[in-house]
Amino acid sequence: MLLIRCPWCGMDRPEIEFRHAGAAHITRPGPPDRVSDEEWAAFLYLRDNPKGRVAERWRHVHGCGRFFNAVRDTVTDVFVVTYRAGEPRPPESAPPETLPPETRP
Amino acid sequence: MTAFRSPAGGRIDRSKPIRFTFDGRQMHGHAGDTLASALLANGVHLVGRSFKYHRPRGIVSAGAEEPNALVTIDRGGGRETPNLRATQVELHEGLVARSQNRFPGLRFDIGGINNAFSRFLGAGFYYKTFMGPRALGGTKLWARLFEPAIRRAAGLGRAPAGPDPDCYANRFAHCEVLVIGGGEAGLAEALRRSEDPACRVILCDEQAEFGGWMLVEAPERADEMVEALSARPNVTLLPRSQAFGAYAQNFVAIAQQLADPLALSDPELPRERLWQVRAGEVVLASGAIERPLVFPDNDRPGILLAGAAETYLRRYGVLPGRKIAILTACDTAYGAAFALQDAGAEIVAIAETRTAQGASEIAARAVARGIPVLPGMTIVGTTGHLRVSGVQLGRIRPDGAAEPSGGFTADTVLMSGGWTPSIHLFSQTKGKLRWEEGLGAYLPATPAPGQTIRVIGAAAGEMPPEMRSPAIGALPAPGSPDKVKAFVDFQNDVTARDLRLATREGFRAIEHVKRYTTTGMATDQGKTSNLNALGIIAAETGRSVPEIGLTTFRAPYTPVTFGLFAGQARGDLFDPVRRTPMHDWAERNGAVFEDVGAWKRAHYFLPRRPVDAAASGHAAMHEAVQAECRKVREAVGLFDASTLGKIEVVGPDAAEFLERAYVNPVRSLAVGRCRYALLLNEAGFIIDDGIIARLAEDRFHVTTTTSGAARVFGMFEDYLQTEWPDLKVWQTSVTEHWAVMAVQGPRARDIIADLVEGIDLSNAAFPHMAVREGRIAGMPCRLFRVSFTGELGYEINVPAGLALPLWERLAERAAEFGGGPYGTEAMHVLRAEKGHIIVGQDTDGTMTPDDMGLGWAIGKKKPDFIGKRGLMRPDLVAPGRKQLVGLVAEDRSRVLEEGAQIVPDSLAPAGTHALGHVTSAYFSAALGHGIALAVVEDGRNRVGQVLHIPMERETIAVRVVEPVFLDPEGTRLHG
Ligand SMILES: [Zn+2]
Repeated sequence: MLLIRCPWCGMDRPEIEFRHAGAAHITRPGPPDRVSDEEWAAFLYLRDNPKGRVAERWRHVHGCGRFFNAVRDTVTDVFVVTYRAGEPRPPESAPPETLPPETRP
Repeated sequence: MTAFRSPAGGRIDRSKPIRFTFDGRQMHGHAGDTLASALLANGVHLVGRSFKYHRPRGIVSAGAEEPNALVTIDRGGGRETPNLRATQVELHEGLVARSQNRFPGLRFDIGGINNAFSRFLGAGFYYKTFMGPRALGGTKLWARLFEPAIRRAAGLGRAPAGPDPDCYANRFAHCEVLVIGGGEAGLAEALRRSEDPACRVILCDEQAEFGGWMLVEAPERADEMVEALSARPNVTLLPRSQAFGAYAQNFVAIAQQLADPLALSDPELPRERLWQVRAGEVVLASGAIERPLVFPDNDRPGILLAGAAETYLRRYGVLPGRKIAILTACDTAYGAAFALQDAGAEIVAIAETRTAQGASEIAARAVARGIPVLPGMTIVGTTGHLRVSGVQLGRIRPDGAAEPSGGFTADTVLMSGGWTPSIHLFSQTKGKLRWEEGLGAYLPATPAPGQTIRVIGAAAGEMPPEMRSPAIGALPAPGSPDKVKAFVDFQNDVTARDLRLATREGFRAIEHVKRYTTTGMATDQGKTSNLNALGIIAAETGRSVPEIGLTTFRAPYTPVTFGLFAGQARGDLFDPVRRTPMHDWAERNGAVFEDVGAWKRAHYFLPRRPVDAAASGHAAMHEAVQAECRKVREAVGLFDASTLGKIEVVGPDAAEFLERAYVNPVRSLAVGRCRYALLLNEAGFIIDDGIIARLAEDRFHVTTTTSGAARVFGMFEDYLQTEWPDLKVWQTSVTEHWAVMAVQGPRARDIIADLVEGIDLSNAAFPHMAVREGRIAGMPCRLFRVSFTGELGYEINVPAGLALPLWERLAERAAEFGGGPYGTEAMHVLRAEKGHIIVGQDTDGTMTPDDMGLGWAIGKKKPDFIGKRGLMRPDLVAPGRKQLVGLVAEDRSRVLEEGAQIVPDSLAPAGTHALGHVTSAYFSAALGHGIALAVVEDGRNRVGQVLHIPMERETIAVRVVEPVFLDPEGTRLHG
């Protein structure tokens, strides 16, 4: 049972209070008549599946009900950081390989 | 006093004798005994038959690692637990224990014939033989006859057949420090950490008493430490509590056996409790497990671990035998030898696998006691069938082989291959391990990220010199090593030969060897066998142990009952049930219910319970549904639609939000009007439908399907929070707030007219697809003029808590007009007659509005809505898509089968591409024939065509028709 910090409630809560909601920072393209088929297909179906840190959406569905974003390591399941929906991905949660070697976790 | 009980000493209470039975035989033990110690006190070593070969097996250990002594404990009344380790079963008055995996009896077991055929049951026998040798009639015959027989013969205890009568409890706990293991290291750690009164400490141990090895060596000190801990309010002591799983972020699952087993006859008291502990820090003090030695016929009853023998003597006052031979690679066996000798046993010899050990100080002490020490010696064979009777020795030559070198008679053989730190739980948390050559074992190195876990004591490799031994693998044997059975994994019946064979057959990765040979699998998880197996594979492949790697340790550490996981979630509490306010009324009036999600819905009504069973089946249902349909079409029907999802959407941007969410134009919807609305996903496919009713400029009452309610609410929340957070909208689920009664049929207005206040029901003032707020029978209501049946209809929404009296009144009035209640089945028939779709039945997640003939619902001028861009994708506008049509069988009385595939020709061969399938099919009472809805490629252009439905025994010809079967002009709606 993972503990997840809800950035709205400011508390670590057990994972059964939360629901995963897919990849984060996917922008819905628009307006419809200016979006190419390829662009729309990518929005609908194309997702990264990296080994390591991913940014994903979660909802504190059995708590405050709010959506938020989380950077999680798919190898260790460690939540690196959580932040409110609409906020940019914090720079310190970047994939380790993009960081200078001396600062890698 | 039983035969092998020492006259004094140990932790047992000699003043409290206890009677128990084993395989029906009456025996005695004492309070403080385990089943294993009591059996040994009665001279019983033979306790089971082995997994595959049915070899007689005895007690090997004194703890959780016991691989052989698995028993079934029967507490009566269906309370039967198989596969319990006799070494962990506390003795109590009247305990009934049975051995397993034997027929007809333990001493004579027919399954023992497997031993004679053992060369067919070696490594990978599942994979090789269960494919079915051709000579035995090929796979089919094999699967029917031989495989079940072999599987029956190879196995553990039988699972009980009935439901578990016991109950189980669950507790969540938090603490600063969780100490796992109540031996010396664990007790000391708990004492140290709990000095700070603010530090909550939980200490758990699988045994009934804390102390671990101290209970053998220094019990008084253990008692003092436990007493000190008990006095501290910040300490929780959990005896009989096995930490069986360690998970991310210091989360540990513990199975606690509750109290005295005698109290367990009270079914109201829980038998076990699951503790789910979140700790600030986990301290693992799980100690070490003694390794067996791998020599030929090392599995006879009477052969046990030296440390276990010492435990039985010093903790339980039991002599495991009188004439004892010892084989050791570790100094701790000398302690056992001295204690047993002091208790009156004869130590015939200590065979030392270590050649240089003859000159050691401890060997000299043994010699001084008159115990022969034979350095550079191993056991090359044992005699005896149901109990070991002697050992043959072999001198270990410098080239690693062994040559026979005499022997001894003995009724007991002790072995010690050194001690393996118990790191299972550390490994479960994905902590990194390191290989320690001097211990022949892996030790904890680095905890996994996010874990605060520390390993202390013997589990961390902190052992006194006499416990340290690098010996792993198999001992040398004379002649062909493939001719002997030297067991590595006692529980899974895996020998050194099996492991060598697996490596010769090309299995080199340890995970493959494990699966192929089954070593270290199942309930045992390699507690006694892992390192010897690694040693053998390393020797065979010429690699080092770290090069081979280590298999994953899996939870649970010891088996856990299913009941513990289920806890209270069984029977009525397994899954919540949702009932409408009219549920009890429906039940009283003969409703047969169906499950729709968590809801119970009245499927149809059988007002007079059928007398004979035959009438209660399909025919009775058909008759009831036809009658309900006729009442709606001819008079008036009453339908409980309370399960519909209902969402109240309010705010200055409510109209804008619904305009963007649904395909329909919503901003243009006038106050007091309703609209049938379709909800798509972004791909353009229908996922829900319902009614949008505008109660005020800034207030909407939106309905969803019953099963889609939560999903739609969640989806709206997602868009409101993350896609359009600028919109000023608030949505609330009001599904449970409003009870909904659909009143449908030509007399619908007549039965509600004089109950309604403040709403003009005339067609002009309150037309089809209008909504009004007013009062009915004195209670507030939202009244909808809507119809899913094609008849004049109303849906009355009243607060759920007030609903039942109104429903009862309406039901009485409906009966006066020749109508009555109808269930979901009649509702389905009536809507199908009108060609109304059910999302999820007539659609399957790949259907667009146009596919369903609902393209008219889309607001063509809307710049965007959910799914708009999806609908423009090439495949969604391509010709030839499946479209909703009606079907009528050429034999009109037939009712087609839902899901049946549709092909063009009557003689289509198997594999023919299907044009589509039947989605809904009923017998229509109004039309007097069968009707069906279907999705068919290019269906609307096929109206009039005859297509075919191939069934198992026949092909049914069907004609494609418009999907609206009844009153296509809609005149009945306007009553
Ligand atoms: Zn929250």
